[in-house]
Amino acid sequence: MSVLVYINSNNGLYKSAFEAVTYGKKLGGDVTVITSGAADTKVLAGLGKYGAGKVLVDRSLQGDDDQQLTRIIANAVVSSGATTIIFSHDLTAKAVAPRLSVRLKAGLVSGAIEVPNGDGTIKVNVFSGKAFSSVKVNSASKIISLLPNSIQPEVSGSDCEVEEFNGNSGESKVKVLSTKKPEGEIPLPEAELVVSAGRGLKGPENWGMVEDLAKALGAATACSRPVADIGWRPHHEHVGQTGVAIRPNLYIAAGISGAIQHLAGVNGSKVMVVINTDAEAPFFKAADYGILGDAFEVLPRLTEAVKKFKSSGN
Amino acid sequence: MKILVCISKSPDTTSKIAFTDNNSKFDENGVQYIVNPYDEWYALVRALEIKESSGGNVTIITVGNANDEAVIRKALAIGADEAVRVDTDPTDAYYTAMQIAEYAKSNGFDLILAGKETINYNGSQVAGMIAEAMDLPFISLASKLDINGSTLTLEREIAGGLQVVDVNLPAVVSCAKGMAEQRIPNMRGIMAARTKPLNVIAPVAIENLTEFVAYTMPATKSACKMIDPNNMDELVELLHNEAKVI
Ligand SMILES: Cc1cc2nc3c(=O)[nH]c(=O)nc-3n(C[C@H](O)[C@H](O)[C@H](O)COP(=O)(O)OP(=O)(O)OC[C@H]3O[C@@H](n4cnc5c(N)ncnc54)[C@H](O)[C@@H]3O)c2cc1C
Ligand SMILES: Nc1ncnc2c1ncn2[C@@H]1O[C@H](COP(=O)(O)O)[C@@H](O)[C@H]1O
Repeated sequence: MSVLVYINSNNGLYKSAFEAVTYGKKLGGDVTVITSGAADTKVLAGLGKYGAGKVLVDRSLQGDDDQQLTRIIANAVVSSGATTIIFSHDLTAKAVAPRLSVRLKAGLVSGAIEVPNGDGTIKVNVFSGKAFSSVKVNSASKIISLLPNSIQPEVSGSDCEVEEFNGNSGESKVKVLSTKKPEGEIPLPEAELVVSAGRGLKGPENWGMVEDLAKALGAATACSRPVADIGWRPHHEHVGQTGVAIRPNLYIAAGISGAIQHLAGVNGSKVMVVINTDAEAPFFKAADYGILGDAFEVLPRLTEAVKKFKSSGN
Repeated sequence: MKILVCISKSPDTTSKIAFTDNNSKFDENGVQYIVNPYDEWYALVRALEIKESSGGNVTIITVGNANDEAVIRKALAIGADEAVRVDTDPTDAYYTAMQIAEYAKSNGFDLILAGKETINYNGSQVAGMIAEAMDLPFISLASKLDINGSTLTLEREIAGGLQVVDVNLPAVVSCAKGMAEQRIPNMRGIMAARTKPLNVIAPVAIENLTEFVAYTMPATKSACKMIDPNNMDELVELLHNEAKVI
């Protein structure tokens, strides 16, 4: 069996790229990576450590037009003979994988959280994280889009060869006018640690203590929906059913009640800590660690404790 | 300007999720269905705003059985002009998308809008599949959509940033938060919806590429461990040694 893994290397390689290659490796067989753009060849060669046998890179495509990417990946499928194609379930995958599925008539499994079971079915998140489903693929080829932070990257080899690839990307029908990149922030869906706050924080002027804790931990920041709706925080921080779904290792929620629609976006977190003044807040039922107390006092205290812990060599 | 909006139903966001038939089927018992929030709040409302400012027609399409007519009427009450129901169960994203693409191809739409994802299956698949089947550009997860003659200007989220793009019609767009504000249907809309056309059409023969074969619920969490608010060192210690997350 041959596996093709698509990696978006436009902004460097994130952990999700190593996860996707590791996942491909775990399926058995040869793993080829396809990417495009200007990424450094040495950096791409490093994907070999996670199990890639070869990296194909199409240098002619700089952007991320999904029609062009679809053509390149489809050509890489032909050239590698792959019958399984892996994506990390990120924004690029959401644009490209469905197109590829139609082009190759390959069943698409979105949001996979595990390697396939013995019977070939693949476990995915459904109902916004409230349940799981096993998906069976009926087509000869399949596409699996892996939820970030579902498996750990594993080093199994050494650098691999990187080959220039002409994927015949064709023309683009989309004209990019501008791209704004948030500077120096950890993208929320990738973050392993997340500090989040809700209406209990009373106003945007109080977010300093949320950011201080995030900084001390090296975490990303998030918020509940009303907080983004009133404009206290930017929309891209809104997590939940109608916002971003995340599954970090640690989610700390201060002043968030834990409404079912909020939990829908965060209940994949491995560990949840809740800070709330109301013992009846529904979040306590979902959390692993609870602090019944005032976020205005607890957050600074927790920040100090984290700093102390970090300075003691951790 | 002819706009097609893809509407799906989803269980009310507070519904209890359970399964029957040996965990092979979603238990619909007592479940209240709503229009999938992304489809309603963002795709449909933005389509109506475009119609109100530059004229045209808004058709909604649902792949689903007769039980879905209640949510279809709700979308009509918000202001869509007419509805199409492809009379079949939407068994997988590919099957669903091919039904919609088939209808769209023979009816000539300028713009096809869908939601970012359904909140039950969270696949984010259908819209991109329609685009590929029709060889149209697809702008995924757009948070802003403006129209100028035959050009769309959109803001969309991409990996690590926000992109502004231009694209010529026809095109397919999936709609995320920011695109429009939720509208509550008024009495007049609800009355008018009763007499708006709802065309039921037969499905075309298409195979399923995938099947949801069995469901499981997450393991129940053990009780929350309460920590003294004055002892954050203890929490840090537990996160490090017990939970092993820092
Ligand atoms: C269709 C639909 C989709 C939705 N999607 C989302 C979604 O994606 N994401 C989302 O977040 N919500 C979503 N919601 C809204 C959701 O139902 C809740 O209304 C929302 O999550 C509440 O936000 P909150 O917890 O910040 O505010 P509140 O409910 O007002 O809770 C504030 C909490 O802070 C606590 N508090 C107050 N003061 C302090 C203090 N000093 N220290 C510590 N704690 C304090 C209070 O006890 C309370 O528990 C959705 C709703 C619907 C109907
Ligand atoms: N059965 C359906 N009928 C019509 N449109 C649908 C259907 N299922 C999904 N869609 C549309 O496709 C979008 C993405 O769905 P999904 O790929 O299931 O996440 C939804 O937000 C709808 O706009």
